[in-house]
Amino acid sequence: MRIRAGMQGDVAEVKCLMNHVMETGLRKDAKTGAVVPAHHITNVTAKMNGKVVLDAQWGGGVSKNPYLAFRVKGAKVGDEFEVSWTDNKGATEGGKAKVA
Amino acid sequence: MNNLRRNVLKGAGSAGVVSVAVMAGLLKPGMALANWNKAGFESKDMGGAMGAVGGGGAAASGDIEVKAPDIAENGAVVPVEITSKIAGTSRIAIVADKNSLPLIADFNFSNGAEGFVSTRIKMGATSNVVAVVHAGGKAYKAQKEVKVTIGGCGG
Repeated sequence: MRIRAGMQGDVAEVKCLMNHVMETGLRKDAKTGAVVPAHHITNVTAKMNGKVVLDAQWGGGVSKNPYLAFRVKGAKVGDEFEVSWTDNKGATEGGKAKVA
Repeated sequence: MNNLRRNVLKGAGSAGVVSVAVMAGLLKPGMALANWNKAGFESKDMGGAMGAVGGGGAAASGDIEVKAPDIAENGAVVPVEITSKIAGTSRIAIVADKNSLPLIADFNFSNGAEGFVSTRIKMGATSNVVAVVHAGGKAYKAQKEVKVTIGGCGG
């Protein structure tokens, strides 16, 4: 996961780019015609200095290789953000970035 | 996971029960997800999706900005940015009313996170992107129509 955090006034903006196929479970394989099983991120959690600031639930409607940006007021340079996701097969991945 | 599936199938008894379970998505992997609004994300109609995120009786609000392109050439990647200026915004859900599965994402904010989220979504057809915002125990909504020239849900 790529993650970057920067300040805009007294608000930190955190931008993340995740790697995931985000299969809805509705798409059919072009060659075989078989339905491609659902395989997508279901939960995303973001913490600032260990405290949860964002707790999200996702379906397969979020685009492949998801982009996510959010903003936190009262952050300052040096604060650490940690973002992690879990998918419907139990895989998980995370990343950290300090506010620059 | 396959063993689990077998057991569920064995235990389900009649074929009718099995097909109902399959239709309800009970036999998909990831059954053990504790914190996931399964009913909402698997709802196939707008009413079900809106209800699942507490948006059934949401009041339209001019203080929510839904930023999305007027025309999306590729429905697989539609940038959407929601900004809520409603004080105390604690939750934003994104719903696309013509998608096969309308509920896309549901964000909860805490500890200083602002009522803002930017992401990219799939849209199967021209439709409204609806934002459902919760603030101070009330629900609000706003929407923007996006014309989709090539659908992105691969259905």
